[in-house]
Amino acid sequence: MELVEAIILSVLAASTPLLIAATGELVTERSGVLNLGVEGMMIVGAACGFAGAWLTGSIFIGALFGIVAGTMMSLIFALMALGLAVNQVATGLALTILGVGLSGLIGAGFVGERITPAVHLFIPGLTDIPLVGRVLFGEDGFVYVSIALVLGVWWFLYRTRAGLILRACGDNHVSAHALGYPVLRIRTFAVMFGGACAGLAGAYLPLAYTPFFIPGMTAGRGWIALALVVFSSWRPGRLVVGAYLFGAVTILQLHAQGWGVGIPSQFMSALPYLATIIVLVLLSRARSGGSTAPAALGTVFVPDR
Amino acid sequence: MRKSFLALAAGLLLAGSIGAASAADKLKVGFIYLGPIGDLGWTYQHDLARQALVKELGDKIETTYLENVPEGPDAERSIEQLVRAGNKLIFTTSFGYMDPTLKVAKKYPNVHFEHATGYKRNPNMSTYSARWYQGRYIQGLIAAKMSKSGVLGYIGSFPIPEVVSGINATMLAAQTINPNIKVKIIWANTWFDPGKEADAAKALIDQGADVIMQHTDSPAAMQIASERGKLAFGQDSEMIKFGPKTQLTSILDTWGPYYIERVKAELAGTWKSEDSWGGLDSHMFAMAPYTNMPDEVKKMAEDAQAAITAGKLHPFKCPIVGQDGKPVECKGGDHLDDGQILGMNFYVKGIDDKLPGK
Repeated sequence: MELVEAIILSVLAASTPLLIAATGELVTERSGVLNLGVEGMMIVGAACGFAGAWLTGSIFIGALFGIVAGTMMSLIFALMALGLAVNQVATGLALTILGVGLSGLIGAGFVGERITPAVHLFIPGLTDIPLVGRVLFGEDGFVYVSIALVLGVWWFLYRTRAGLILRACGDNHVSAHALGYPVLRIRTFAVMFGGACAGLAGAYLPLAYTPFFIPGMTAGRGWIALALVVFSSWRPGRLVVGAYLFGAVTILQLHAQGWGVGIPSQFMSALPYLATIIVLVLLSRARSGGSTAPAALGTVFVPDR
Repeated sequence: MRKSFLALAAGLLLAGSIGAASAADKLKVGFIYLGPIGDLGWTYQHDLARQALVKELGDKIETTYLENVPEGPDAERSIEQLVRAGNKLIFTTSFGYMDPTLKVAKKYPNVHFEHATGYKRNPNMSTYSARWYQGRYIQGLIAAKMSKSGVLGYIGSFPIPEVVSGINATMLAAQTINPNIKVKIIWANTWFDPGKEADAAKALIDQGADVIMQHTDSPAAMQIASERGKLAFGQDSEMIKFGPKTQLTSILDTWGPYYIERVKAELAGTWKSEDSWGGLDSHMFAMAPYTNMPDEVKKMAEDAQAAITAGKLHPFKCPIVGQDGKPVECKGGDHLDDGQILGMNFYVKGIDDKLPGK
């Protein structure tokens, strides 16, 4: 039973950065903007988050640094892709390249330094409950924030007027504009939210996951977050399923190797991708069928003034 | 805002191109790195060696490096880029650059190439590697002495001979101390992903391993072992900072002397295609100080190191029994020959796991 608990804890830790980054990107894409720079924003968030925590000794301030850094990165994207109406795909890719280089520069002075990782919640009585205690009441703050975040985004998108307007911008920016909504301003906020989440997700890595900074430590997690958004058909609920499933299969395949299950490890390493794609595709077929991509996703909008 | 951003971007581009700018007459030496130079592991050690090279011969040479170059066909472009930039001696520092390096070497016969840890050579392409299995053997002895649970955890990168021979050397050594020792092996299928390496370390510890060994490049596993109060070995570089009470020792890649020797040969015009495979006696690698162990274990490790350095102890001393229970043919007299070690694709007896792809 202890092993089950340990596995669940590892799964939550592995899934959380994916969930945070993907939730942000989901909002960005729902507003009609495709920002492929998640990996770049994440890694800058990781470098700045570590720098903040190392300089101040506070994980909370480190996380704030990560959020601000991710937002600044996303503003570069907003300036280019929304302000100057440059191709979004190219801008996003450039943002990733910029981010990887920039994070190396920012983090160069911090390589080899250590910090005390984020503390885990402890509620006497509750955290001690076998099996579920540590899973429910013994996580670090990021895990709770990620769950609150995805719930909040779901509520915002489907239960508020502002969310409806944001989705309208993503589906038909011409109509939204004709109705008098400031499409570009709304999209800028959505891009910034995506950047803030990516920055926070990046900061999670050196602040809670592996408490040191190394260039390139995001190791492609930004790309996985992007893929999760697509395969979850831009729905927060499925995003949660996808992120935790990906984390779960990642951790379980490592355990299966340790147990010596005799399946080639190369296949096992591919399994999280396969399982996530299959399950999410089945889910979206079972429900609505067809593509639910925001209709205006990735298209340039220049308001006629 | 827009203007200052563009100015910043232009400044960055300019800075990038200055890095590759040339000075006449100096020998240009290029390096292809797998990871970032700050990975604190494999690439970091190669770059330390490059820095040592610059310190020693800086007035005669000029070095350029490309970091984060993916293995496989893509690497060809990067290697060729170094050739076109005028580099005359190029070190490609990972196994996966083998075929790309060979391809570029055949195309540019006047440029000399040095490929790390591979086995394909050309008149203008040398290979160099270190006999890390010697270090792994010492680690196996220490691990068996220090493990209370009798279960070792091993994080592999890819099931290539270099890694497999390391696992076998570890187990052959460990079995001399504890014949029933077990090893759990997890392949990360990556050289560098701190998060995944940490997850693998957690899985191994959760499954009962109390000494963690790794053949991946980041200090994540060391850090996890330290957090959980277990023991671990570093990899490639000194990682004691990430586990002051955890690191037993670490295999340190010390390429500096080799790089200096080869560049000197190039400068003197005596460079030849060679296959260098140096062990503890050649200073191609070193062992970090033995720490966090009782004096008697430390002494045993030091004795083993001395015996291996002097050539009195061979980690792959025959008889060696394979996983199938059959003895392995002994081509090197009383030990396996270099070819058998370089191409090792079997587990020795006592490893319960199955080698991927077998």
